[in-house]
Amino acid sequence: MPDQAPVSPASRSRGPGGRRGAPGRRRGPAGLGPLPWIAPAVLLIFAVVIWPIVELIRTSFLNISIAGVVRGSAGFDKYSKLFDDSSFAGVLIWTVVWTLVVVSATMLISLALAQLFNQRFPGRRIARWALIAPWAASVLMTAVGFKWMLNQTAGVLNTLMLDLGLIDHSKDWLGTPGTAWPWMMVVAVFVSLPFTTYTLLAGLQTIPEDVYEAARIDGAGSWQTYTGITLPMLRPAFLVGVVINLINVFNSFPIIWAMTRGGPGSDTATTTVFMFQLKETDIAESAAMSVVNFGMVVVLVLVFLKVSGWNKEEDA
Amino acid sequence: MTTATATKPEAPSRPRRLPPPKRKFRPRTLVIAACAWLLAAVFLAPYLEMIVTALRPSDELRDRTYLPSDFEWMNFIDVWKESALADNLRVTLLVAGGATLLVLLVSLPAAYYTARMKYRGRKAFLLLVLVTQMFQPTALLVGLYRQFHQLDMLNSVWTLILTNAAFNLAFAVWILTAYIGSIPVQLEEAAMVDGLNRFGAMTRVTLPLALPGVVTAVIFTFITSWNEFVMGLTLMTEADKQPLTVGINNFIGNYTVQWNYLFAASVVAIVPVIILFAFIERHVVSGLTAGSVK
Repeated sequence: MPDQAPVSPASRSRGPGGRRGAPGRRRGPAGLGPLPWIAPAVLLIFAVVIWPIVELIRTSFLNISIAGVVRGSAGFDKYSKLFDDSSFAGVLIWTVVWTLVVVSATMLISLALAQLFNQRFPGRRIARWALIAPWAASVLMTAVGFKWMLNQTAGVLNTLMLDLGLIDHSKDWLGTPGTAWPWMMVVAVFVSLPFTTYTLLAGLQTIPEDVYEAARIDGAGSWQTYTGITLPMLRPAFLVGVVINLINVFNSFPIIWAMTRGGPGSDTATTTVFMFQLKETDIAESAAMSVVNFGMVVVLVLVFLKVSGWNKEEDA
Repeated sequence: MTTATATKPEAPSRPRRLPPPKRKFRPRTLVIAACAWLLAAVFLAPYLEMIVTALRPSDELRDRTYLPSDFEWMNFIDVWKESALADNLRVTLLVAGGATLLVLLVSLPAAYYTARMKYRGRKAFLLLVLVTQMFQPTALLVGLYRQFHQLDMLNSVWTLILTNAAFNLAFAVWILTAYIGSIPVQLEEAAMVDGLNRFGAMTRVTLPLALPGVVTAVIFTFITSWNEFVMGLTLMTEADKQPLTVGINNFIGNYTVQWNYLFAASVVAIVPVIILFAFIERHVVSGLTAGSVK
């Protein structure tokens, strides 16, 4: 199983291997090898990250009452219950749509933003600083802010759109899935933009100035320079941005929870929100949902490891 | 504003020949500046609206106006008296402070050793750390709940300290390993020749030089734990034990939402964090994408 991957190499790192391996290379502090130095970190990871993974998988095969009492094994019953759930298919489809739309929009807008904020202009430092606000602020509070701005009675976005003549009466945007989804996507893109833009800005700074110089001498236009030089050289930063965003957006919970609670019913739920809804009625089915969810995260992590070249030999 | 939008599409097509002029305030620079400033305003707008709402008198909450008739500064004081949010703020402070301290205690030795030594399992350790960074608490929520339920640790502030520390460990290990790794070993060796032991060399020579990394790790962990929502919502079931994010979320479950109080509390939670973040902004990207630039 793929989720075993982090477990087995890790146990090596704190096992006797470290103790035997350390001498001879360099005088280890106190001669104990890496153990006293990295054991606390490994211990914390095992207690809070690895243990819940095991617990999660175990729970998905149990019968548990609402009060939390374990009533024996359930085999694969919880999985069949989950797959037969009338909301399940819709939730899966919307999770895919949500992730793809938010990540693509984020990447495209960030490309433009990075290009813009990479230019020299007066007040660049302060303008860039404003950009980090949605990154630093709590995502939950930002989402609650948007919920308020979309409020039907007094929301400033409703007021603004009325005054601009974009709508003729104020709307309950979050009340129906058709308008709730786009707005929640807007919020998800909004909070993803700063990190992504900064990642791309860091990427832009690694492109040496003389490459542009050469292109200019060769008479390349600005669009040609962008597609021919900037984009290809931005590829590593772009890929990292894509994968980290995929993982973040896929796991995103606070935005939807704050704005619609996944409702009406599960009509605006992604898998993580659906998982939380199920937790109230049947925690084992919720665990089954989590395992499915977790499997998809593992796939994304493996993609990340591949993209970032972790399968190659370490050179440091 | 209108001129900026109107001239924007033309800007890229305007031919740019010969060496880049360093002169400021050319039309192109003005257009760029206008766009960037406009966007900056858009990014700040939701938070400015929060401040405006926080200052609204309660009887003007349903008014369709951009600004209230007068600003009710007392909201910022009343919110802590009229709601349970003061308890929530206390929990958030404890959790963010505790998690930050724990992360530092655990990640510093690990990062120091990993940066300085080659040992068996070094790569495995780094991989474990990276994978931890990728598995977010949301994905493990049910497992975390079951685990801490069995440990009888739901509603204990230690639970949130431990979990927040664990999920922020990766960032701290990355950034500290990178910083310590960039400090020449010779400096430490010279100090040891001068009579310091290794521990002394580490604390008196290396740590002060790695201070920017330490500060980044501290601020980042503090902010992430401060903003954490999902674990607080799941692992803390009693209202007065929940962190501020959850307390604010509970507010909107009420029938009539006191939006002005809600945002007064939010503003208090958000503003310091944005300012803190500005200090570490340039280092954060490298910590979050460290796994890829190995």
